[in-house]
Amino acid sequence: MGIKWDEFFITGDPLILGAQISIALTMIGIVFGLTYLKKWNWLWTEWITTVDHKRIGIMYIISAVLMFFRGGVDGLLMKAQTSRPEMEFLSSQHYNEIFTTHGVIMILFMAMPFLIGLMNVVVPLQIGARDVAFPQLNALSFWLFFSGAMLFNISFVIGGSPDAGWTSYFPLAGKEFSPSIANNYYAIALQIAGIGTLMTGINFIVTILKMRTKGMTLMRMPMFTWTTLITSVIIIAAFPIFTVALALMTFDRLFGTHFFTVSGGGMDMLWANLFWLWGHPEVYIVALPAFGIFSEVIATFSRKSLFGYKSMVYAIVGIALLSMLVWVHHFYTMGSGPAVNSFFSITTMLIAVPTGIKMFNWLFTMRKGRIKMTTAMLWSLAFVPCFTIGGVTGVMLAMGAADYQYHNTLFLVAHFHYVLIPGVVFAVFAGLYYWWPKMFGHLLNEKLGKWHFWLFVIGFNVTFMPMFFLGLSGAARRTYTFSAESGFAPLFLLSAMGSIVLAAGFAVFCYNIYWSLRYADRNISSDPWDARTLEWATATPVQHYNFAKLPEVKSLDAFWFMKKNNEGLTLKDSEIEEIHMPSNSGQPFIMCVLFGISGFFLVFEWSIAAAVAALGIFAGLIYRSFDYNDGYHIPVDEVRETELSWRNKKGEAHKHVS
Amino acid sequence: MEKSAKGFPTSHVIGFLFSLILTFVAAGVALKTSLSFTVIMWIIGSLAVIQAGLQLFMFMHMTEGEDGKTNIINIAYAVFVAVVIVLGTIWVLTSGHAAH
Ligand code: HEM
Ligand SMILES: [Cu+2]
Repeated sequence: MGIKWDEFFITGDPLILGAQISIALTMIGIVFGLTYLKKWNWLWTEWITTVDHKRIGIMYIISAVLMFFRGGVDGLLMKAQTSRPEMEFLSSQHYNEIFTTHGVIMILFMAMPFLIGLMNVVVPLQIGARDVAFPQLNALSFWLFFSGAMLFNISFVIGGSPDAGWTSYFPLAGKEFSPSIANNYYAIALQIAGIGTLMTGINFIVTILKMRTKGMTLMRMPMFTWTTLITSVIIIAAFPIFTVALALMTFDRLFGTHFFTVSGGGMDMLWANLFWLWGHPEVYIVALPAFGIFSEVIATFSRKSLFGYKSMVYAIVGIALLSMLVWVHHFYTMGSGPAVNSFFSITTMLIAVPTGIKMFNWLFTMRKGRIKMTTAMLWSLAFVPCFTIGGVTGVMLAMGAADYQYHNTLFLVAHFHYVLIPGVVFAVFAGLYYWWPKMFGHLLNEKLGKWHFWLFVIGFNVTFMPMFFLGLSGAARRTYTFSAESGFAPLFLLSAMGSIVLAAGFAVFCYNIYWSLRYADRNISSDPWDARTLEWATATPVQHYNFAKLPEVKSLDAFWFMKKNNEGLTLKDSEIEEIHMPSNSGQPFIMCVLFGISGFFLVFEWSIAAAVAALGIFAGLIYRSFDYNDGYHIPVDEVRETELSWRNKKGEAHKHVS
Repeated sequence: MEKSAKGFPTSHVIGFLFSLILTFVAAGVALKTSLSFTVIMWIIGSLAVIQAGLQLFMFMHMTEGEDGKTNIINIAYAVFVAVVIVLGTIWVLTSGHAAH
């Protein structure tokens, strides 16, 4: 075995050569830039070794935006390829690689880190805590995600991209039919990132159950915190299934076992079954926090408490339980008996009930509210009709018998983009516009935000609406081209044009970040939206210890009532105390590098080298278990100084509630 | 069980004895009887589940401390998930032509 050097770099495709050159130049540029600006030290001490949940969250979000870019370019390439019949822009092999990496990257390396990033920034603040329960583990989670994501992303220039779809079904994904190393990237990169996610799940459950401030009972928690809690529970139930399935896949591909390989007596359908046992809950793992974001945004900008808070909580718990009971709807056509298909049709349709409850709750929250049309609110408003289209087509697909018709067509592709884009992408955009000041101390430009919003929403609908009709008239998914006689051409062209508008929206978003970082007003209040929950009860941007004095909660929408009753907003000098904080650590990053190296060798099936690198991982684990560093204290003077710098400033909005 | 925190660990000893008994019964059924294979599997399977439950209560401090309720919810959820995964998989993969 060992590395086949002549196949190491992918050669012969001008698109990929272009990518290789631009990657190399970007890397040189970054290294040069950091050295020139003497920023290496800053990067290491302030970011790479940080255990601060807010900074970790920001790193998650930056990675997610980059991955959105990568996944979005994949999407555009596919749309370009199918814009005309018989196009010869991408070969069929290249198209396979692109929809595979697009699917994996969008779900695992864009949606997940985006939401986990927002959870990191916001949840400890919402429950009035100074950090998560296990800060260093949190950093490790991030770095493992990062390691996995980078490993997956280099596949298209080194060794070849996985090409068996984001579902990587056996037998296609097995050694027999995919002999190159490309699919090893799938098995191993997702494994590494998955471990990180699992740790995040544990961390957030403990944080939310154990670190709530005084008076914050479960039923007083903000909705985003609730959804994060339930999401973490689903993560812990579902991710181990994926971990095991990927490990079995790795054994099959690397060491010749036959769990899923049919020729050796394995069961290929077991993979599909395990994949979706994880895969369906995964959809809820990304959807629930998004629902939490909408709940916060809608309540704030309707200037009312969330309607039906309790029913909302029950709905989330119901969704969490049901989400484990529907996985077969992804392979009705695999041929399980009528009893199985009927059972799963019913459970799937049942999920529409709690989801419908949530929809009505949001609508009733807005009813008679004094709605403020901020960009964050616009995303939430657009979410309602767009997601409903996704949901209704989902109920159509839920019927096993009918699914034989829709299965594997672009109807399905349109359906899940109508769920994932409004359900996740709109949500993270809403969340970013809303919480941006908490992270960076300034707002994103609202005018550019509206451009971003309109271009993106219109582009999205024009791109994906035609796909429903293409699918109904028989256009298969994962197909790189079609004939002129099929009659698909006009709708495909329309869809491709929509994707350009969509891309323009994303470009405005990137420009908005740039513009706001440079020019936006820094002199804003710590509570610019007149918001309701505790994250707004402290400075903007948040000081690294979050709260000088932990707030006390007396009701739902705690901060709103603090403002209304003028309670607990001020800080007496005598109340300032030393604050205990965790120390930074380079270990998570070192583990990231070790996992990356080990994973890379495993991808190339160089087991001995991988084992040697894995020894490093074990050494890291052992080292960590003898690490008795338990943090440091911030002296009173420093806390006082920080607090004086933002309290009682002009424009400080702590006094009134309108 | 609350009292056993100090003093004689009664519940642990009882748990230990019951575990031994259950184990020996299982071994006896498997090795010393001439029941059919299916019956043996059912008997020792049930004994194993009973023993797992017993150990959770007697040894793992399930109901002790402030988090007793949380623990029970946890275990119930874990059982639910495990049952769904194992039985669900078997059901799905052995019905219809998925089985062939
Ligand atoms: C931003 C604009 C996007 C565009 C233009 C786009 C376009 C596409 C296209 C053309 C396909 C393949 C259709 C085919 O089967 O031939 C696809 C597949 C897919 N997309 Fe997207 N997409 C976008 C965003 C997203 C997002 C945000 C997500 C998830 C969060 C996502 C998840 C997926 C998945 C999972 C697949 C299936 C991949 C597979 O078949 O293995 N996409 N997308
Ligand atoms: Cu599903």
